[in-house]
Amino acid sequence: MSPLLRILLRDLALLLPGGKRGGTLLPLLFFLAVAMLFPFAVGPDAPILARTGGGMIWVAALLAAILPLDRLVAPDLEQGFFDQWALRGISEEAVIAIRVLAHWLSFGPPLMIAALPASALLGIDKAALRTVELGMLAGTPGLAAIGVTIAALTAGLRTGAALSGLLLIPLAVPLLIFGAGALSTGGESGIALTAAISMVLIAIAPFAGGAAIRAARAD
Amino acid sequence: MLFSGVSMALEPGAALQVAGPNGIGKSSLLRILAGLARPERGEVAREGAVGLLDERLALDEHQPLGKALAFWCHLDGCQPETHTDLLGLSALLDVPVRYLSTGQRKRAALARLIDQQAPIWLLDEPLNGLDTDGVALLISLTRDHCAQGGIVVVASHQPFGVEGLVQLPLADFAP
Repeated sequence: MSPLLRILLRDLALLLPGGKRGGTLLPLLFFLAVAMLFPFAVGPDAPILARTGGGMIWVAALLAAILPLDRLVAPDLEQGFFDQWALRGISEEAVIAIRVLAHWLSFGPPLMIAALPASALLGIDKAALRTVELGMLAGTPGLAAIGVTIAALTAGLRTGAALSGLLLIPLAVPLLIFGAGALSTGGESGIALTAAISMVLIAIAPFAGGAAIRAARAD
Repeated sequence: MLFSGVSMALEPGAALQVAGPNGIGKSSLLRILAGLARPERGEVAREGAVGLLDERLALDEHQPLGKALAFWCHLDGCQPETHTDLLGLSALLDVPVRYLSTGQRKRAALARLIDQQAPIWLLDEPLNGLDTDGVALLISLTRDHCAQGGIVVVASHQPFGVEGLVQLPLADFAP
């Protein structure tokens, strides 16, 4: 088995729901809790809920993506994993690319599944649900890439947890605009743009994250 | 700046001790030798893989020791649990890493280092936390490693009883 596959398996064991670093079950429950609270706050007016529900699911997904950030990279840096990988010739870029994949697998698909009961709670119709799910399929990889990059950037800082949440929100705005925006325009173009932004973010993440790890190590 | 003008050349089989008081820059020098930190000026040339042993274990705290070591062992392409008997870790393989004592953690780190089969060993304060048996074991391991043509660089303020150990008092190079 190749070293990178071994690292991916370790990442998944740590990050998937039930994994030790996992807080992935927690963001999922948080996401559902927000979806449940929303009708209480807005009132039981079905048309309003159906109209705003899709956007609400997007915001809840964004907030849920913030929760696991402080455990994504920092523990491995503190415990010397990145040093040992570097000594074995495994670059920071490769490790970060794998972590983006593992992070997405641990929160993207579960969130898409959780969006099903959430949409039922909000009374979203089938066409809108399809747009939400497609949008999340296109957008969550980008969210994962932003998340891992920010986790790497803030890994060496003491106030990392609070700062990373603050940093993620503005960077996620394009994904939100086009992903959730596809709901109101009803077109596929919004989803296509979301996917394009995700791809750019995924392409940048390993290099930005790798440079951040090396900078954190130099201190 | 911690030190300047440090120069060394180590042949296979050589052992070097970087000595000096706390804070003089022993660990920093080792990290520069490992390629993990960059010197302000100067360069490091080396042939062969580097194994680093420092206070950071790089083993998953929640995992049983056996599995945590196996992760690195598979990465390095070695046979798991080859050296656990030698290091007195056999009884601890099912114990999660977070329950290990300081000395046991040092032994676990040594197991990871030996499994790596790197010709160059960089040992940062390897004696910390080890009992008398552990120290004797580490010294005999170092001796064997050098005898097989390996290079060992030890950063420690304590005496390290290996024959032919060259001393590098880092205080001489402090500005």
